[in-house]
Amino acid sequence: MGATRIPGNITQGSTAKGGIGESTLRPDGTLKVTGEFAYSSDMWHEDMLWGFTLRSPHAHAEIKSIDTSEALAQAGVYAVLTYDDLPTDVKNYGLEIQDTPVLAHGRVRHHGEPVALVAADHPETARRAAAKIKVEYVQLPVVHDEQTALAEDAPLLHPGRDDHHAGHVPHPNVVHRQPIHRGDVAAARARADVIVSGEYVVGMQDQAFLGPESGLAVPAEDGGVDLYIATQWLHSDLRQIAPVLGLPPEKVRMTLSGVGGAFGGREDLSMQIHACLLALRTGKPVKIVYNRFESFFGHVHRHPAKLWYEHGATKDGKLTHMRCRIVLDGGAYASASPAVVGNASSLSVGPYVIDDVEIEAVALYTNNPPCGAMRGFGAVQACFAYEAQMDKLAAELGMDPVEFRRLNAMSQGTLLPTGQVVDSPAPVAELLRRIKAMPLPPERQWETAGESADVRALPGGLSNTTHGEGVVRGVGYAVGIKNVGFSEGFDDYSTARVRLEVVGGEPVAVVHTAMAEVGQGGVTVHAQIARTELGVTQVTIHPADTQVGSAGSTSASRQTYVTGGAVKNTCEAVREKVLELGRARFGSYHPAWATAELLLESGKVVTDGGEVLADLVEVLEGEAIDLELEWRHRPTEAFDLHTGQGNGHVQYSFAAHRAVVEVDTELGLVKVVELACAQDVGRALNPLSVVGQIQGGTTQGLGLAVMEEIVVSKEAKVRNPSFTDYLIPTILDTPTIPVDVLELADEHAPYGLRGIGEAPTLSSTPAVVSAIRAATGLALNRVPVRPEHLTGT
Amino acid sequence: MGAMTAVTLHINGERFSRELDNRTTLLDLLREHAHLSGAKKGCDHGQCGACTVLLDGRRVNACLLLAVSMDGTDVTTIEGLSDGNALHPLQQAFLDHDAFQCGFCTPGQICSAVAAIAEARAGWPSVVTAQDEPEGPVELTAPEVRERMSGNLCRCGAYVNIVSAVREVAR
Repeated sequence: MGATRIPGNITQGSTAKGGIGESTLRPDGTLKVTGEFAYSSDMWHEDMLWGFTLRSPHAHAEIKSIDTSEALAQAGVYAVLTYDDLPTDVKNYGLEIQDTPVLAHGRVRHHGEPVALVAADHPETARRAAAKIKVEYVQLPVVHDEQTALAEDAPLLHPGRDDHHAGHVPHPNVVHRQPIHRGDVAAARARADVIVSGEYVVGMQDQAFLGPESGLAVPAEDGGVDLYIATQWLHSDLRQIAPVLGLPPEKVRMTLSGVGGAFGGREDLSMQIHACLLALRTGKPVKIVYNRFESFFGHVHRHPAKLWYEHGATKDGKLTHMRCRIVLDGGAYASASPAVVGNASSLSVGPYVIDDVEIEAVALYTNNPPCGAMRGFGAVQACFAYEAQMDKLAAELGMDPVEFRRLNAMSQGTLLPTGQVVDSPAPVAELLRRIKAMPLPPERQWETAGESADVRALPGGLSNTTHGEGVVRGVGYAVGIKNVGFSEGFDDYSTARVRLEVVGGEPVAVVHTAMAEVGQGGVTVHAQIARTELGVTQVTIHPADTQVGSAGSTSASRQTYVTGGAVKNTCEAVREKVLELGRARFGSYHPAWATAELLLESGKVVTDGGEVLADLVEVLEGEAIDLELEWRHRPTEAFDLHTGQGNGHVQYSFAAHRAVVEVDTELGLVKVVELACAQDVGRALNPLSVVGQIQGGTTQGLGLAVMEEIVVSKEAKVRNPSFTDYLIPTILDTPTIPVDVLELADEHAPYGLRGIGEAPTLSSTPAVVSAIRAATGLALNRVPVRPEHLTGT
Repeated sequence: MGAMTAVTLHINGERFSRELDNRTTLLDLLREHAHLSGAKKGCDHGQCGACTVLLDGRRVNACLLLAVSMDGTDVTTIEGLSDGNALHPLQQAFLDHDAFQCGFCTPGQICSAVAAIAEARAGWPSVVTAQDEPEGPVELTAPEVRERMSGNLCRCGAYVNIVSAVREVAR
């Protein structure tokens, strides 16, 4: 019963107008507001089975035995798979280090690790059958922090490591270590009139995308499998999936289905391999959808971190030096930990000029939940700490915190601690000036014309805990720096295929990439680029799949830059082909074909002087021009493993925030009244989307500041895997977010654009905490700030 | 196989009749039996609001209701809001204001907003306006929209635009 539902045409041809720089609406927007957009959890196939994953109840245990017989005997159960059923010698996967078992082999290393799989005719049947699998565990000592991880007799998470970081780390429970040394810290320290230091803690944040991990695997007649999936990077998934299945990549055909948010949490695999294994075993389509509880175990989280910092400054407010040590808890498997270490270390200085630094960042292997990519990774943790330090220094020097930051702000030409020159605009001082110049929101907004208070404007909100008594306002500022694109020598490229042809008498461009649209608006921008470069109105966005080359990951703020750059590049090549055709067909009729700069505008070939030479329809006649090309940004280099020197990054993104909070000092409750943001975006390809990204990132930063934390016990167990206990901002928690967009072009980037998605997530958190400090006078060295941190109870 | 009960209801104006396991939720009835996947299962615990639909005109979390108790009701889902190709004013406003990014929460947000506007027009007070015992329609100021829409999570953080989209239609 029911029609088969797969993403045949996720985004159809758009009639929306608009080239780059215009606030064109989303081509997939109508499908999204009518409920027709097919998310991965909406995939449906006749006769499909439902998969379920049995997970470890322990954080660290040896598996003595697994008995699946009772589960298999259940009516409606088609397959039960364990490690022993894996079809090839490839039994692990991973983004950079292949250390993650597809199914546990003799040992589980974290709470919620997948142990066995069930396929059944109903999701409840599968769940109940999984409960009948008998796993005999013997619990092992738990590694849960730096001390237990690096102890001499610490249990090793991954004994016998042979990955490329294994040789240089100081302990096998360290995934990766990156030191950075520059200048002479001892001499610089001696020049300092004031020195401040502090230890800062960032809790474990969750991406908490609303669309749970899900997908549909359909076995194919050729022995392969078709996988409809929500992910951030189809080709990275494919590289990890195919070897485990023992299939050549071309037999694992992946199509992106609707993605219900990502924020880094879909950079790693979740149920992809599991669904394929069950489908290939049973010969039937298999759908897996995680429930919310399981989703908290089904993806990596933001690395919790401990950060120790020391800064010095002279009396006149110039920074002398910085020393820091950043310890990131990577949990049981490596995931993106090495890249998180790279970002945290290389951006630990913040957007400031400091010539003398000693930096060390490490990521640990522990039995805590695995941590990896989340919006702004590495840079988010560092920003909370260095911005707290800036406030401390300013206070120590008796200076205005914004003026102190402006005095030390980096700019174009600044040398980073890695020895890399910032070679595009870095308007840090200007962003700070703008954010401070914005008008402040009115005071005491809870006061109404009548006798009653509008408690929505007060800490505690509808709980009606105060009508203004004990409420103190605070204002705080922060600024941050995030790298854009994949760094440290990674071959970061994207592929775009563009087809131009005449359909129904009108030229139509079809843009085909493997870019994961996760809500960032990449498909909107692709259509805009095609309109601008090819002078067409009609653009069709082909569903993203693995039938075209890789588009890289929808992460690191890179997609508009890199896949947008690829679409632009392919469009330019298509345009050249059009002009070649035109010259061949009409070149003899007008000398401008040979001499003038030619453009495609409004369906016509025109000279740069605006003279029309031919209709695109006439030039193309019956021909279609169809090109697929790769495009790369400037290459980067790895950081030296001892000195940290190297041109590791390709671009930076800067945002500054001002937070205004009201704090109920008696109950420790916080109301964020306003979070203003100023950000340089290079060039706003779609101003409406740009503001949306900035407001979204800002909101997630607010969540980390005062609400969001996965609580992990000393036994390394997750304590709050639900939206009742893990709180994300609601519409009532979210303040007004005025946005000031600066556009200083980066000459190295397509259209001068800057990747923008992550920067607003960085400075939002420290700005809110700075405002709470201003209101309360408390030190507040950890996020999220909880009521007990404010009341001291 | 658990106990089964026959249930008949109207979904988006069409009669739907089925014998269902008593444990089936309204959300699963919609998604798995009626194949209307617009209402989303974000948490299945009434925490996120992504499954919001209109039950006899009032907004409900479809994941918290048992399908067999729906006999004789009228259910409107996101699929039933538009009139042919003409979008409901709230659907158009969400598009125009870019009041979503990934869009997963959007069907629930829009259904919730339809009812929120109707409730305000009918003079239903919010917690805050109840203090003043209003008579007649309640104006949907930004704080009123925020309070009345606070049962619908949006992780992309499109809240600022959701407020403006809802206010535009409420005017």
